[in-house]
Amino acid sequence: MSNTTIVELQQAEKKYQGVTAVHQLNLELRQGEVLGLFGHNGAGKTTTIKLILGLIAATSGQVRVFGQDPTHADARNLRSKLGFLQENVSFYDQLTGLEVLQYFARLKGVPKKNCPDLLQQVGLSDAAKRRVKTYSKGMRQRLGLAQALLGDPKLLLLDEPTVGLDPIATQDFYGRIDTLKQRGCTVILCSHVLPGVEKYIDRALIMGHGKLLAEGSINDLRHQANLPATFHLQGNNLTLPEALATHVRKDQIGTHLEVPLQDKMKTLQQLVNLPGLENMDMHLPSLEDLYTHFIDTHQGLEAAL
Amino acid sequence: MNAVFAVANKEFHDGLRNRWVLSICIIFAVLAIGLAYFGAAAAGKVGFTSLSSTIVSLASLAVFIIPLIALMLAYDGIVGEDENGTLLLLMTYPLSRWQLLLGKMFGQGLVMAFSTLIGFGSSAVMMGLFSDTTSWSELIAPYTVFILSAVMLGWIFIAIAYVISTSVSEKSKAAGIALIVWFIFVLVFDLGLLGLLVGTQGNVDETLFPYLLLLNPTDIFRLVNITYFAEQNLTGLLAIAQQTQFSLLSLFCGLLVWLLLPVTLALTIFNRRGL
Repeated sequence: MSNTTIVELQQAEKKYQGVTAVHQLNLELRQGEVLGLFGHNGAGKTTTIKLILGLIAATSGQVRVFGQDPTHADARNLRSKLGFLQENVSFYDQLTGLEVLQYFARLKGVPKKNCPDLLQQVGLSDAAKRRVKTYSKGMRQRLGLAQALLGDPKLLLLDEPTVGLDPIATQDFYGRIDTLKQRGCTVILCSHVLPGVEKYIDRALIMGHGKLLAEGSINDLRHQANLPATFHLQGNNLTLPEALATHVRKDQIGTHLEVPLQDKMKTLQQLVNLPGLENMDMHLPSLEDLYTHFIDTHQGLEAAL
Repeated sequence: MNAVFAVANKEFHDGLRNRWVLSICIIFAVLAIGLAYFGAAAAGKVGFTSLSSTIVSLASLAVFIIPLIALMLAYDGIVGEDENGTLLLLMTYPLSRWQLLLGKMFGQGLVMAFSTLIGFGSSAVMMGLFSDTTSWSELIAPYTVFILSAVMLGWIFIAIAYVISTSVSEKSKAAGIALIVWFIFVLVFDLGLLGLLVGTQGNVDETLFPYLLLLNPTDIFRLVNITYFAEQNLTGLLAIAQQTQFSLLSLFCGLLVWLLLPVTLALTIFNRRGL
């Protein structure tokens, strides 16, 4: 990761007819960083993406991409360094996959001969000569991905990129993101589908109602949220040490032990030697838990006000 | 400029692929050849009729069908891409709005021009080959004027379709408005003028009245083709305009103004369109 700032938002705000879609958002993204942008529907994710793409102008505040205002006419040339895939794109049904990609390549000023190779990378070689109207949702998504990867982009914005992809294709996709990151590409992943994405992002940004609710790496977020680590214990006649007994919750499935995150290792050592313990699972707060936590806390605050 | 051609090229291919070009060619050819051969059937004759009556009747049919085809071809040009999500995507490319819009208009204009040339041209070729009364040399000029004006008329309505397409947010709305626009230009306008004549008992300034026809591109198209065959006996509204003879050149200029107007308007509206 280098120190070049690729995207910078300062107090960026966007209002649509009096409704504030994004509240004074601050964001800085450096080269080679992978950012996950999470939030419920209408949280302001898409608006943020549109601001960065220069499709809309901020009502107030500043947006800089590659050091320039993306809505400015001069910034048009920067767009060849940019890759974008939006949610639910349907391409020109009458053209073949290859023709669609060649059309976009020509618009981006990328040589046509790169297209078959890109289609192969996303696994569409066999369908290249078929019309897009015969494509499944996943295939369209992959075509969209190929389009976003045209011309070796330096900044990649992907809105729900894994929707419609099967698990293997999803893994493939995340692998490709990693490769791009190694090459110095900055990536913004926008999603409300969370499982599996943790490993591949450097930083997460959780938004709700146009506001920034939390920001940081998964570890930062875990500490901020202060959610417990949970141990699921199975066994006969378990008698826990007194220090731990206060954290126990029992139901028909088994015994659950919730301890603060910082006590995780200590608890683990104590549990290993516990007589009668047959099985144990440990669960750390996942991105999904964190997401739910931040959204709930925020709603709780709103309700209190 | 490269971007404009890239878009135009894609639109033309789309037109070939979804059979627009083929359908328009066939419709025009059937119309033109049919009129040329069976045009005198009402008078009890079958066979190629005179060139002038063929073109005049062809023009009065084309005036209905060309605007309709052009509007159908282009009404979803922008709003359709918006609904598909490709408009948003295209706007993240190094492509400005005017380039996209002009490219689309060029491409579809080419579809229209190509089909008009092949469709109507085929009837000229048939006449040249099989008619005993009309020679090749007689054919060329009137058919050139007819095809040229027909292409212009098609372009005008493609541009009007883009004004509609850039101003609405739903495809179905665009289709509805396109139909109304067609109805107004092709039927209501002329009826309105007739009504004006009848209502004032013909008391409209005779010098002014022909100029009112210039307010409708379909009437200019008719005037172009009638002016060329001025010896025809005209009935109806256009007979009035005959007294004030517009030159062919000025009529074509009128069509050009009618083309530039909606193109400029569509560009202005598209530039203001939110994403």
